[in-house]
Amino acid sequence: MLELKNISFEVQDEKGSKEILKNVSLTIDEKRFIAITGPNGGGKSTLAKIIVGIEKPTSGQILFNGEDITDMSITERAKLGISYAFQQPVRFKGIKVQDLIKLAAGEGVNFAGACEYLSEVGLCARDYINRDVDGSLSGGELKRIEIATVIARNTQLSVFDEPEAGIDLWSFNNLIRVFEKLHKEQENSIIIISHQERILNIADEIVVIADGNIRARGKKDEILPELLKGTGGCKFYNNEEC
Amino acid sequence: MDEIQRTLLEQIADLHEVPTGAYNIRANGELAGRNTTANIDIITKEDEPGIDIYIKPGTKKESVHIPVLLSQTGHTELVYNDFHIGDDCDVTIVAGCGIHNGGDKLSKHDGIHTFYIGKNAKVRYVEKHYGQGEGTGERVMNPKTVVNIEENGYMEMETTQIKGIDSTKRVTEARLADGAKIVVKEKLMTHGNQYAETEFNVDLDGEGSSANVISRAVAKDNSRQLFLSKINGNNKCAGHTECDAIIMDNAKISAVPEITANHLEAELIHEAAIGKIAGEQLIKLMTLGLTEAEAEAQIINGFLK
Repeated sequence: MLELKNISFEVQDEKGSKEILKNVSLTIDEKRFIAITGPNGGGKSTLAKIIVGIEKPTSGQILFNGEDITDMSITERAKLGISYAFQQPVRFKGIKVQDLIKLAAGEGVNFAGACEYLSEVGLCARDYINRDVDGSLSGGELKRIEIATVIARNTQLSVFDEPEAGIDLWSFNNLIRVFEKLHKEQENSIIIISHQERILNIADEIVVIADGNIRARGKKDEILPELLKGTGGCKFYNNEEC
Repeated sequence: MDEIQRTLLEQIADLHEVPTGAYNIRANGELAGRNTTANIDIITKEDEPGIDIYIKPGTKKESVHIPVLLSQTGHTELVYNDFHIGDDCDVTIVAGCGIHNGGDKLSKHDGIHTFYIGKNAKVRYVEKHYGQGEGTGERVMNPKTVVNIEENGYMEMETTQIKGIDSTKRVTEARLADGAKIVVKEKLMTHGNQYAETEFNVDLDGEGSSANVISRAVAKDNSRQLFLSKINGNNKCAGHTECDAIIMDNAKISAVPEITANHLEAELIHEAAIGKIAGEQLIKLMTLGLTEAEAEAQIINGFLK
């Protein structure tokens, strides 16, 4: 369904050019739940932005259902069936939660329908539907609303960039349930960038990206033990005796 | 009333027909309709153009509409409207001016509205300005609002100018007695080569008085805006002024908040922010399938809502 062919991405800074992604190729089939993990600064978020169209690759090609979308805009890709949940949800002045959900779900959705999407992410719709999507909401609340907008779109592919970032433990537990449910339903494909073992655990496959390259790809049983070894110093984390 | 005047009336007062309750419709300088009620009287001034509106003490849940319509190119006027609102009232006043200029001459409405709000009275004042017409003649409005609020009186003022006015200079002055409160919500959008200037001068004279002046503005194309907001804390009081503006294209916006404390117990805050639409806001809406132009419109509509 999604094919990334030899994707490279360079940025220019004062020290010259820097390669963020180096010739990355990745294929994701239909109805798959893929977790992308790896160290910070390794290129994960850039890859997500390249899939969605926020960044354009320096070279390489992106195919979606066989169609070349490399030069397509964010809007065109969104219309084709790609959704994206921001790592840092965007705040708006004067746009209400229900406005955003209605924009995501399309004209057909009614008030009750919009409320349902909020309930799915563990928010009591009555308390949130008429709130502004602004600084009056906490990080965890914004994050869940962000995820609700992606669920509301119900597209063939959804990309979540570190959904766990910046939220409290209670919200995180709720979040895990949301992703477990999405995985169980298996209607669409999901790419989720995460550092969280509990999220990696529910993925069909894990892709490890470090230093702009795909370091490993495989089932969680193959990848997770290797990853945990990499955590090094703390034996407790590896269930070994300290 | 002709079709053009009907359109103007709909734009500035959301009215399709004559309103219920008290009203006074002024069209091209002439009286086009008036209704008074048992509690609300409207009297034409004799010494100068304009009207006096008298609202009896204790009047509740009543409204007064006083729209002004200009559809004749070259018509300019200066009108004085005074509102005498008795103690303990709870009323809504809907003013506003619509200009249709189909010709090449200047059309201008300058209105001076003076409010005398009695003790414990509550007033909601809504004012919309709108311009249209295919002519090259300028559409100009210069409203001045003077507000006097007695003890524990309250006024909420909503002013909106979204479309079609080439030049405007709005001045609002307010003097508040003990426990009185004023809330001003201004929405302004300019485009083309328009110029808009707003100036608020609030004197918090009474103990426990408060003011909250909130302006949301969008400037597009080559338009210019100047926002001046002065709050003087002359007693134990609370004042807050906020200007939040979106700048687009080649527009220019200045925001000049000024707060002066003349009393130890005066608590005054000013905030002003001007910036373009955040790129990430556009991107978020584009990931939902909106085009860049649709995303921009959605953001501005929300901002000015």
